Amino acid sequence: MALALEVTDLKKSYDVKGKPPVEAIKGVTLSIEKGEFFALLGPNGAGKTSMISIITGLANKTSGTVSICGIDAATEPEKAKTCLGLVPQEFNFNIFEKVLNIVLDQAGYYGISKEEAMPYATEILQKLGLWEKRDAKAEALSGGMKRRLMIARALIHKPQVLLLDEPTAGVDVELRRSMWDFLRELNEKGTTIVLTTHYLEEAEQLCRRVAIINDGLIIKEGSVKELLSSLAHVTLILDTKDPVGEPALHLLRDLQLTKIDDTSYEIRLARGETVNDALRKMSMQGVQVVNVRNNGSRLEEVFVKLIDAT
Amino acid sequence: MDTTAATHSPSWIGYKTMVRKEFTRIIRIWSQTLLPPVITMSLYFTIFGGFIGSQISAIHGFSYMQFIVPGLVMMTLITSSYMNTVSTFYFAKWTHTIDELLVAPMPTWVIIAGFVSGGVLRAFLSGILVVGVSLFFTHLVIHNILILLGAAFLTSLLFSFAGLINGIYAKSFDAISIVPNFILTPLTYLGGVFYSLTLLPPLFQTLSLANPILYMVNAFRYGFLGVTDVSVGKCFAVLSAFTIVFFFWTLWLFKKGAGLKK
Repeated sequence: MALALEVTDLKKSYDVKGKPPVEAIKGVTLSIEKGEFFALLGPNGAGKTSMISIITGLANKTSGTVSICGIDAATEPEKAKTCLGLVPQEFNFNIFEKVLNIVLDQAGYYGISKEEAMPYATEILQKLGLWEKRDAKAEALSGGMKRRLMIARALIHKPQVLLLDEPTAGVDVELRRSMWDFLRELNEKGTTIVLTTHYLEEAEQLCRRVAIINDGLIIKEGSVKELLSSLAHVTLILDTKDPVGEPALHLLRDLQLTKIDDTSYEIRLARGETVNDALRKMSMQGVQVVNVRNNGSRLEEVFVKLIDAT
Repeated sequence: MDTTAATHSPSWIGYKTMVRKEFTRIIRIWSQTLLPPVITMSLYFTIFGGFIGSQISAIHGFSYMQFIVPGLVMMTLITSSYMNTVSTFYFAKWTHTIDELLVAPMPTWVIIAGFVSGGVLRAFLSGILVVGVSLFFTHLVIHNILILLGAAFLTSLLFSFAGLINGIYAKSFDAISIVPNFILTPLTYLGGVFYSLTLLPPLFQTLSLANPILYMVNAFRYGFLGVTDVSVGKCFAVLSAFTIVFFFWTLWLFKKGAGLKK
C-alpha cells in the first residue's frame, strides 16, 4: 500500500546559547500507510511536536528525509504541503478575525478561491457546530469551539493526511467524544490521521497503530493489539451486587482480589487466564458480578512500562 | 494566450488573499493606520509651511511650503510602509498566525510579496491622503508623473522590505520600534525634507550624500517640482540598488527560516 507519510532517520538539534546543542530527535524512522489512524505517544519533551513541526515545514530538520504521499518535502515542499492539514497544539489564528474568514483565508493560502471554498466551508463549519458563529470574532469562541475551528481550518483544502497535535488537550469529555466520532468518520472516508496525544485512552479508542517516542527515539511501534498483548496481566474492576464476605474472599484468594470498596474489587488476570474462569469461580461462591470494566487505559500500562524501561 | 489559468493559479489566489486581508485590516483600523500621518503632516504644513515658512525665502524658485510638501509626503511613504510590514509581520510571528502561511503550499516569494504589497498599499493610501491635505495649504505642480510614481513605488517597496527584515529579526515589541526611532527618523529629517542640500556647508553636503533617504526625497521632489540637489539618474540607481539588496536579504532570511522556523 502507498505510504501517506515516511520519515527516515530524522534528526533535529537545537542550539542553546553557551551549551552544547540539544538533540530533540535522534534518528526517527517511521512509515504510515494511507488510510491509517496512527498515534504518536510520548511524555512531554519526547519530540512529538518537533516531529510534527518538521513534517509540516514549521521547523528545519538537522538531517533525514520526510516524504508526504510519496513527495519529498525537501525538494518539492509546496507540492508536499498540499497533501497535509495541521491542527496545532496552540491556538494560532487571528482572534480578531471572523470565524468564516479564518477558514476562507486559509483556503486562499492553499490556492482555493473564496467562491470555490464557500460550499465546503459551510459544510465543515456546520458539521463542527460552528456555522452559527461564522460571523463572530474568534476571540468570542469558547475553548472547545476554538479547537474545532482549528480542525475546520485544517480540513478546508481536503488534505489526504491530517496531523493533529494534542487535539483534545483541555477539552471536556463530551466534546472529546464528539471530536473522536468526527475524526473516526473522517478516517473512514479515507483521510489518513496522525495524532499526538497524552490521552492514552484516546489512542486506544481511535488508532489501529501507535508509536511510542521517548527522548527523541521511537522505542516501540506496532498495532494497539500487539502492544496490549505484551502486557503480562490485565487489571479489571469488578462491581458486585452485594459486599463479598470474608469466607468467600478466603476461598477466592487465588484470584488475587483487591478490595476497592464494599462492592468493587480489582482483579489481575495473568496472560492466558480468562474472565469467564474468574466469573465462574466467583459465581460458585455466590458472588454476583454486575459490571466488569478496565482499570483505566490498558495502553497506559504498556506505555508506563516502556517509558520506565528506557 | 490562456489568461484564465494564469488568473487562477494557486500562488495568485494566495497572494490575492494576503493582499485583500491586509487591505481590509488597513481600512478597518483606519484611525491607527491612515489618520496619524494625516494629523502629523497637517501640523508640519501648518507650523513649518505656514507659520515659519512664510518667513523663509523661496528655494529653487518655489515657496517654502511648496518645497517641503514632496519631502513630507515621502516621509509618510517611508514611515507607513515600514511600520506596516514590521508590525504586521511581528504580530503574526508573536501570535503564531504566521504558521498559517508557513504550512500552506505558498512559495516563499509569494509570502514576501503579500507582506510587502500590504506595506506599499498603506504607504500609497497614506500618501494620497497627505497630498490631498497639502492642497489646503498650497498649490502643487506635477513636473513628471512617471518619476514621481516611480520614486514613490520604489521607496515604499524598499521600506516594506526593510520593515519585514526588522520584523524577522525582532524578538520583542521594543525591537520593532528601535529602527524607526533611532535610525529612520533621524535619516529622514537629515535627508533634505526641510532644506536644500545647497544650503548646507560643504562638509555636511558631502556627509548627506551617504544618506540614502536624500536620494529618495530628491527623486520625488523632482517628480513634483522639477528641481533636485542630485541627479535623478543617481537617485534611481541608489533606490534600485537598495531595493534589490533588501529583496535578496529578505528572501535569504525566509529561505533560511531565520526568526520564523524553530
